[in-house]
Amino acid sequence: MSTMPDCDKVLLVQAELDGELGAAEAAALAAHCAECPICETAAAELMQARALMRDGLYQPAPEDVRQRVMASLSAARPQQAQSAHAAAPRFSQWWRGWWSNGASFGLGAACAAALAFLLLTPALPPGLTDQVVASHVRALQPGHLEDVASEDRHTVKPWFDGRLDFAPPVKDLVAERFPLIGGRLDYLDGRPVAALVYQRDKHVINLFVWPGAGDTPPQTAERQGYNLMHWSQGGMSFWAVSDVEAAQLKEFAADWRKTP
Amino acid sequence: MLPHLDAAHNLARWLMRDPASAEDVLQEAMLRALTYFPSFRGVNPRGWLLQIVRNTAYASMNLNRGVELVSLTSAPDEGNDVIAQLPSGDDDPETTLIKTRERDRVRQMIAALPIELRETLVLRELEELSYKEIAEVTRMPIGTVMSRLWRARRLLAQAARRDEAA
Repeated sequence: MSTMPDCDKVLLVQAELDGELGAAEAAALAAHCAECPICETAAAELMQARALMRDGLYQPAPEDVRQRVMASLSAARPQQAQSAHAAAPRFSQWWRGWWSNGASFGLGAACAAALAFLLLTPALPPGLTDQVVASHVRALQPGHLEDVASEDRHTVKPWFDGRLDFAPPVKDLVAERFPLIGGRLDYLDGRPVAALVYQRDKHVINLFVWPGAGDTPPQTAERQGYNLMHWSQGGMSFWAVSDVEAAQLKEFAADWRKTP
Repeated sequence: MLPHLDAAHNLARWLMRDPASAEDVLQEAMLRALTYFPSFRGVNPRGWLLQIVRNTAYASMNLNRGVELVSLTSAPDEGNDVIAQLPSGDDDPETTLIKTRERDRVRQMIAALPIELRETLVLRELEELSYKEIAEVTRMPIGTVMSRLWRARRLLAQAARRDEAA
């Protein structure tokens, strides 16, 4: 079997299926594929291969393995604590607010934090993170930011009635210097979601809200120069994204979470 | 929730031939991660951990060269079956059995891929890393990631067709 594609666009076909192409590249590729039987065949083959791997192949750590790993890491802690100590200052910034010091007290806090960072941080789903950033960028195009422009949450909240199958919480954060400027419908993670638009100075913060289980503390991520925060609270899943500084976005998330 | 540990195990299990050596690699990699964490400066701890798992697995395979010969017909091991055979709840036993068999066949086809194709495929399809992230974990140019992924998928599709024809 040859190892190189017969048409130099085949790898782009694959990149499109993997969600790696921008809109302009995808459009150009679609025009090419309409006339290229090689690419058409390749697309069918790639989709077949992907379908084969759709489910049941992921191999999470079985419970007994997990316990043995945790046990050996705990045993290694006293020796490692010294070397992990240097990480403490940087770490505390990451960790502020959502690692209980009590749990690690006496064991080498930085080391315990390192462990928790590796093991306990729920991974932000990479695909979703990119979707959130893409939605944010799209919303910043002229005329796309809000469907309902209002600083009054009693106007914004009812606007979603009948447009979504849930009632998103809408909060007024003017006192915290994050004024509400409106809301709109958006589409993320395969479902319609509420997008609330806030502002900090000249910067726009999009807060995406949809129903989600659990109560998870804020996690941060960075993509293409944008900062993101994700948390769950009160049966809703939240994603905040903005070009404000990471510290300000953290403030925003903290204010949102404590405001009734 | 220990999702990074699951990701680390998933990669180790797909790279190594049996559950025991996968667990050894996992243990070793987690210890290394703990030791080197102070020098970690990135923003993607999962990718960083996967990179350590991969390096550890490759080191282990070099040490045990000769033992790690790839068998195209290697039977799925018990560790796999425990998960694969969990009933999904809404299927009747027969459907469940067929699904389990199909999954085992796909698993064998993937296990039969050369390791550099297999790891790329697993990182993309199961860990859902972006091309860029895969390039970082495997220290390969993105172009190499793309062509490896393409070859892996093509081999997989061909194996599936042969399987159907047989």
